[in-house]
Amino acid sequence: MIEVALKGPYIDAAFAIPASGVTALWGPSGAGKTTLLRAIAGLTRLEGHVRLGGAVWQDGAQFLPVHKRRLGYVFQEPSLLAHLSVRGNLDFAHRRNIGRNGGRSVDRDGWIERLKLAPLLGRRVETLSGGERQRVALCRTLLSAPDLLLMDEPLSSLDHEARSQIVPMIADLTRDAGVPVLYVSHDAYEVERLADRTLRISHGRILDAPEPTPPSLDSLDDAKVRQLAVAALKAGIRV
Amino acid sequence: MNEALTTLKLSLALAAATSLCLLILATPLAWWLARGKGWAHDIVTALVALPIVLPPTVLGFYLLVAMGPNSPLLWLLRPFGVHTLAFSFTGLLIGSVFYSLPFAVQPIRNAFASLGPRPLEVAATLGAGPLDSFFNVALPLARKGLLTAFVLTFAHTVGEFGVVLMIGGAIPGKTETISIRIWQLVEQLDWPQAHLLAGGLLVFSFAVLLVLLRLDRRLEFAA
Repeated sequence: MIEVALKGPYIDAAFAIPASGVTALWGPSGAGKTTLLRAIAGLTRLEGHVRLGGAVWQDGAQFLPVHKRRLGYVFQEPSLLAHLSVRGNLDFAHRRNIGRNGGRSVDRDGWIERLKLAPLLGRRVETLSGGERQRVALCRTLLSAPDLLLMDEPLSSLDHEARSQIVPMIADLTRDAGVPVLYVSHDAYEVERLADRTLRISHGRILDAPEPTPPSLDSLDDAKVRQLAVAALKAGIRV
Repeated sequence: MNEALTTLKLSLALAAATSLCLLILATPLAWWLARGKGWAHDIVTALVALPIVLPPTVLGFYLLVAMGPNSPLLWLLRPFGVHTLAFSFTGLLIGSVFYSLPFAVQPIRNAFASLGPRPLEVAATLGAGPLDSFFNVALPLARKGLLTAFVLTFAHTVGEFGVVLMIGGAIPGKTETISIRIWQLVEQLDWPQAHLLAGGLLVFSFAVLLVLLRLDRRLEFAA
C-alpha cells in the first residue's frame, strides 16, 4: 500500500493506492500534479505523511531526505548529468544502488538492451535526441532499483513519433521491473494506454477514490491500438 | 642572473601556493554563498569583495598589525614557536590569500549558481547524499569556474605589489617578489636588469594565459 496525505499552500491531497501497477495522476496544468509528486519525493517539503508499505518516508515525527528514499524520478525535461556520458549517467545510478544498504541486483545489461541504449553508451548527452534522453533517464532510474517510480510528464517535450515509441516501452518495462509507478500527465492517450488506475486532481485536491481506467483499448490487440493512437496523434486529435 | 631566477622562483611559488590555498578555501565558501540569500550571505559577500575596493596599503597595514609580534593572533601562536609572521613567506601567503579572495570566490560562486537546482535534485533521487553530490556532480559541472578562479588568482598574485611590499619588506630570496625587484631596479636606475625581468614576466604571463585558454577549450569539447 502507498499512503499519501500532504498539505501545503496549494495542495491538500490524500490517497492510498496498491503498491503495484501504474497509477496516473491526471489533471489540467496548474492542478498541483508536479508539486504533489515533488513532495512525495521529498524534493519539496509539505506537511503530512508518505508511507510505502512498512517504510515511513515522512510523517509528523520524521522527514527522510530524498537520497534516503528508495525512489526513482523521471523529470519533465531531460535531466541527464551533463558532465557524464550515457554510460556515466547509467553507472552513476547503478553504483549508488549497489553501494547503499540493501543494494539490489539489477540486470544492468538487460535493461540497456531493452531500451536500445547499447549503441548510445559512449555518446555525450548533448548529442542525444529528446526521445533518446528520456530513454536514458528511464534506464538510469531502473538501475537504481527504486521502490516507487515517479514520472512527471516525461514525454511532454517529445514529438508524436518519439512518444508513440516510448509509451509502450514504459508500460512493459515498469511491469517487468515490478515497480509501482505514479505517472503525472494531462494527456488522455498516455493515461489510457499506461494506467491501471487514475487519480484525478484539480486545484491541489484528489477528486475521487482511485478508479480503474476503463479497459476500452485493452480489448483491442496491441498493434491495432498503436496504429489507431499514432493515427489520432498525427491528425492532432486528442481523445 | 641568479638573483633574477631567485625572485622569479619566489613569485611563482607564492602564486601557486596562493592559488591552491584559495581553491581549497574559496570553493566551500562559494558553495555556501551560491545557495543562500540571507543577511549573513550579504555580509560575507561584501567582506569578500572588500579587497577589490580597498587600496592594497590599507589591507597590507591591517595584515601587518595582525601578523606582528604584539597581535593577539601571534600571542596564540607563540607556544608553537612562532613569534612573527610579518616579513616571512607564510605571512606573504596569508596576505595574498586575503588579497585574491574575491578573484577566487566570484567565478566559483557564479559557476555553482548557474547549475540551478536540477542536477543536485537528480543526484539525490539516484541515492547520492550531499557530500557525494558535491564532489561528483557540483564540482565537475563547475570545473570551468574553478579553472577561471585558479588562473585569475595566479595572475593576480604574480602581479601583486602593494600588499607584498607592506607585509613582506622586500627581503631578497625570502619575500622579494619579481614585481618588487623590478621596482627596486628602476629606483637604482638599473634599466637593463629591469628590462630583463619585466620582459620575462610579460612573456611568461602571456604564455600561461594562452595555455590555460587552450585547456579551457579542450574542457569545453571533451567533457
